Amino acid sequence: MSTVSQTPPGTFWETEPHHHHEGASTSIGFWVYLMSDCLMFAILFATFGVLGGSYAAGPGPKDLFDLELVALNTAFLLLSSITYGFAMLAMVKNNRNGTLAWLAVTLVFGLAFLGVELYEFNHLIHLGAGPQRSAFLSSFFALVGTHGLHVAFGCLWLVTLMIQVRQRGLIPANRRRLSCLSMFWHFLDVIWIGVFTFVYLLGMI
Amino acid sequence: MAIPSEIPTTFLLGRLDWHAIPQDPIVWATGVVVAIGGVAMLWMLHKYRLWSYLWTEWFTSVDHKKIGIMYIVLALVMFVRGFADAIMMRLQQAIAFNGSEGYLNAHHYDQIFSAHGVIMIFFVAMPFVTGLMNFVVPLQIGARDVSFPFLNNFSFWMTVGGAVLTMMSLFVGEFAQTGWLAFPPLSGLGYSPYVGVDYYIWGLQVAGVGTTLSGINLLVTIIKMRAPGMTMMRMPIFTWTALCTNILIVASFPVLTATLVLLTLDRYVGTNFFTNDLGGNAMMYVNLIWIWGHPEVYILILPLFGVYSEVVATFTGKRLFGYTSMVYATVCITILSYLVWLHHFFTMGSGASVNSFFGITTMIISVPTGAKIFNWLFTMYRSRIRFELPMMWTVAFMLTFVIGGMTGVLLAVPPADFVLHNSLFLVAHFHNVIIGGVLFGLFAAVYYWWPKAFGFRLDPWWGKVSFWFWVVGFWTAFAPLYVLGLMGVTRRMRVFDDPGLQIWFIIAALGAVLIAIGIAAMFIQFGVSIMRRDQLRDETGDPWNGRTLEWATSSPPPAYNFAFTPVSHGLDTWWDMKRFGQTRPRAEYLPIHMPKNTGAGVVIAAFATICGFALVWYIWWLAALSFAGVVIASIAHTFNYGRDYHIPAAEVRATEAARDRQLASARA
Repeated sequence: MSTVSQTPPGTFWETEPHHHHEGASTSIGFWVYLMSDCLMFAILFATFGVLGGSYAAGPGPKDLFDLELVALNTAFLLLSSITYGFAMLAMVKNNRNGTLAWLAVTLVFGLAFLGVELYEFNHLIHLGAGPQRSAFLSSFFALVGTHGLHVAFGCLWLVTLMIQVRQRGLIPANRRRLSCLSMFWHFLDVIWIGVFTFVYLLGMI
Repeated sequence: MAIPSEIPTTFLLGRLDWHAIPQDPIVWATGVVVAIGGVAMLWMLHKYRLWSYLWTEWFTSVDHKKIGIMYIVLALVMFVRGFADAIMMRLQQAIAFNGSEGYLNAHHYDQIFSAHGVIMIFFVAMPFVTGLMNFVVPLQIGARDVSFPFLNNFSFWMTVGGAVLTMMSLFVGEFAQTGWLAFPPLSGLGYSPYVGVDYYIWGLQVAGVGTTLSGINLLVTIIKMRAPGMTMMRMPIFTWTALCTNILIVASFPVLTATLVLLTLDRYVGTNFFTNDLGGNAMMYVNLIWIWGHPEVYILILPLFGVYSEVVATFTGKRLFGYTSMVYATVCITILSYLVWLHHFFTMGSGASVNSFFGITTMIISVPTGAKIFNWLFTMYRSRIRFELPMMWTVAFMLTFVIGGMTGVLLAVPPADFVLHNSLFLVAHFHNVIIGGVLFGLFAAVYYWWPKAFGFRLDPWWGKVSFWFWVVGFWTAFAPLYVLGLMGVTRRMRVFDDPGLQIWFIIAALGAVLIAIGIAAMFIQFGVSIMRRDQLRDETGDPWNGRTLEWATSSPPPAYNFAFTPVSHGLDTWWDMKRFGQTRPRAEYLPIHMPKNTGAGVVIAAFATICGFALVWYIWWLAALSFAGVVIASIAHTFNYGRDYHIPAAEVRATEAARDRQLASARA
């Protein structure tokens, strides 16, 4: 190299105390995790895209889906995202009880969503349209079921966080956790919009 | 083996009963040896009271260096198992001629080739590479640990859990007889009704969680924890390749997870994703698994390209030629690795246009790879090369890998592939690149960074014995497979009709024996070096006259890696420090903030492994209980808020004073 300089470019060690911002990597780490989760859903969507028309002489979407019920369920989930947003606003204002109250509302919407989904699944299975009936139904149950499983874990996490916020208040660790769950919850909303559009709406055309 | 066609299940034990013990003297003998070895090891641990040392200093450790070393120990142990499988196959194929059935029945032989592939990829290459990145990356970027130290420990134990399940299948039940990717419908319930494929699924799923999480962890570490001044284009090249590898892990392992979930549903729930009836499509599985599988081979090779780059720059004493082009080549390969998966099954019959596309993208990958080879060559050109062991492995790699790469380009031509698909030519090709690329690189890395990890070098004489037996053995073992493949011999055959082929298999078996000697020499080398560690001791922390930051600290590094955070002003920061005569700073030491050890990772991974075992055997109550265990232990862990502590300034001062004395004695 011809441009080797002979004078040191500056200090090579940082001797002043510097404070690593605690948990600075958590948000980006959790975001990367969500992207990996998104890929799992991408595979399930792709599977549905390939197999979604393979009815195997069995029932198709028009025979099975109750769009009004699904619309209601979509409303539950979208509303839960809004109420989670209110919980985060309360958190920013340092309002612990407000945060807890809005989290509780979110939980109710989440559970309502799961209840309706379980009802729908149960109904389909009783009609003889279980996941074993055809590749279309296999991929339907896998995609929608995986989303539901995520919501169920989100609810469990939500309860855990409510206890932790109650015990320790809105300390930085809990704020970090609340914002991770917030990302998770909104992410599930986005996935559901995809499910609602590609599985239910397109299926009914 | 006598597996009843209808497997009775009981509530208490599922389908686990006496039929689960394989009726095979080879397995029994192995079981006896393993049991004796295991008991002897437990007795030694008990006698020397090592349990609490291992538990507190290693198993529960969140120190990236210790976790890295544990990953590599796991990889070496599993390597012995994977190689035992390999040499058994070579022996079988060398003798199963002229009406001989060989010594392995079909059920056993099919498990061996499946287990060999699974173990070598998932439990040797992956943990080895992950361990290496874990150990080296934080040191190279001047960090004190990874971004999520607890997660790191947990990821390691999940990998161990997957390995335990896979090993268990040898003695309890059976392993898959499907090949390492378990294509349906063969891996479906109809053709694989017993536990083999289930062991495969749950072993990979448990380990896969660990791999994905460690990918996220290292990715974030590289993005967020670099030393001040270390911009992206100042990162050591190994860190660059590690970054790309972890991006590939995060962007491909979820595909494997999802694909295996669908296979699981087919087997456990009776869905029809990959079945032949009710609308299923088996080629979906082949597509999906290779969408993961092709990036996977780049996950394995990229970090080793990084290793070769570090080794070449160090042992030529020159700055790496074409650093920038090396980075761009790595990024190109990362992206292209997603656009080639279909070349694994040109014979699917997707038509000339699709095959052409994937054939061309495959050939394009050889361009950035070739650029790398030239960069290494130009770095070596007219330099004073020191042929230490890492450099010897690097040269062996370049000669071997180029040939493996060229046979790969040959296979990328769809019409040629139609002839060579599933033949021993393919087997020779991918061993040529995986052994010649990944494994040789791992050996180079072990010889290169061993002094950093343990404070003494490895004995070069045994290293050279190992090197020559390995390299000669490799070519003796795999060159005949190219010949056989061109003659049309397909892979995974147990017996042969044409006696004219036998000589080639005998040569290949001889090669495997040479490799066995190479492996033995390597383990002897470890033993000899540990015994002679005082003569081989390195006090400087920089035995090779290195260029990057890991050589700026002591060997082995203290728990906190660097007492003060290093600052980077360009590429090769440690080289700059030496060039400008930088001494270690003398400022007042400060308490250092570090993460605390925790047993939570071991506990959660243990529950997950038990859950996997219960699911394999349909022991539903145990599966439910252990899954609840995973959830409850994870939640309980989140209630632990006191996860860090400070190393007192006095302790840092004492450690650094000892380091001063060590450096002074090294200079004297």
